[in-house]
Amino acid sequence: MATSAVKVYGWAISPFVSRALLALEEAGVDYELVPMSRQAGDHHRPEHLARNPFGKVPVLEDGDLTLFESRAIARHVLRKHKPELLGTGSLEQAAMVDVWLEVEAHQLSPLVIAIALECIFTPFLGRERNQAVVDENVEKLKKVLEVYEARLSKSKYLAGDFFSLADLSHFTITHYFMATEYAALVEALPHVSAWWEGLAARPAAKKVAEFMPVSTAWASKKHE
Amino acid sequence: MAMKVYGPAMSTNVARVLVCLEEVGAEYEVVPVDMTTGEHKSPAHDARNPFGQVPAFQDGDLILYESRAISKYILRKGGSDLLRESNLAESAMVDVWLEVESGHFSSTMSPIIFQCLVVPFLGGETDTKIVQENLEKLKTALGVYEARLSRFKYLAGDFVSLADISHFPAAYYLLGGSHASVLDAYPHVKAWLAEVMDRPSVRKVVELMKLPSA
Repeated sequence: MATSAVKVYGWAISPFVSRALLALEEAGVDYELVPMSRQAGDHHRPEHLARNPFGKVPVLEDGDLTLFESRAIARHVLRKHKPELLGTGSLEQAAMVDVWLEVEAHQLSPLVIAIALECIFTPFLGRERNQAVVDENVEKLKKVLEVYEARLSKSKYLAGDFFSLADLSHFTITHYFMATEYAALVEALPHVSAWWEGLAARPAAKKVAEFMPVSTAWASKKHE
Repeated sequence: MAMKVYGPAMSTNVARVLVCLEEVGAEYEVVPVDMTTGEHKSPAHDARNPFGQVPAFQDGDLILYESRAISKYILRKGGSDLLRESNLAESAMVDVWLEVESGHFSSTMSPIIFQCLVVPFLGGETDTKIVQENLEKLKTALGVYEARLSRFKYLAGDFVSLADISHFPAAYYLLGGSHASVLDAYPHVKAWLAEVMDRPSVRKVVELMKLPSA
């Protein structure tokens, strides 16, 4: 049996690594996850720096091609195997996919990551949750989510009435966010909430969610 | 009807879009948005960019925002080869280095530009700690760029792409500002940037960036 042509290097608990895995799952591509240890500093070793000079995960190897940056990896996987998820073939659809991918990257994710980091990951970082940081990002997030609600009131998915990488790219980071008490911000918005549930119900998303376990027992709550 | 770009040319994100329009030789109009009076937060602008930012872009009925999304649309429509989308390996490398530009170069340059140019313009005092922190991050990134550009002529490979050109707006401010000497330690980066800045499209947009803006 030939080894998988596609390899992903990293720890799947990372929403960035799992973004790459999600694209592969959605495209139905066989792959091998090569586990790495963050604690052991595998990403700083020379063999990893040869793959990603920024020393980050994920890295994808597809034949002769070595890629890093999770959104670039996801684009490549879909361009190769499911270009309709990039809106390929229609200038306008491709543009709308790109717009909402950029929105995810620049407008939403920084806020969601900051909140999830404080609420879920500070125990691992050996420090206390910074509620001021949470509050600041929550205020900004409320405004951004209003834009999403308005958008999803007009179209079924973010780029239009077709599912795309723009939607998919939100899953792994939002998965963690939805384990915090601030999930209520999403639940309060009917269209965003329905869109999220649809996204999370996809077989590929369910598969990848298993790589990112979040126990509400250890997600730190405000008054504990 | 000419394509419209809403926002001041001196904004790095607006400039990125303008250079792509120049690359494909498209007919376009720059519509001023007066950020000093908060026009970017007005209902009229909100209808074009619900995040209250510049640029916004209009081509007929299509309204777009986010400069890198707009840039790709313009290049595709104009038949440019700067995205290499007919080649899987090449387009993947363009995507990788566009992410790097966004996440490592422009993200560190943005607070430096803000502190060194915008804050004094608004009558405030530059926070040198923020500038220094980001200069250190920039140097780390430039080290990676230097290694890359020692092996390849351009970032995505031996062909110029949007990944290279997308650096020009932040590079323009770096080269024209008080921290330009940070590039001296990275000769391949310096030479690569000089070549990017020498493109006719970039020279044209630099002239627009220098105009007293609306």
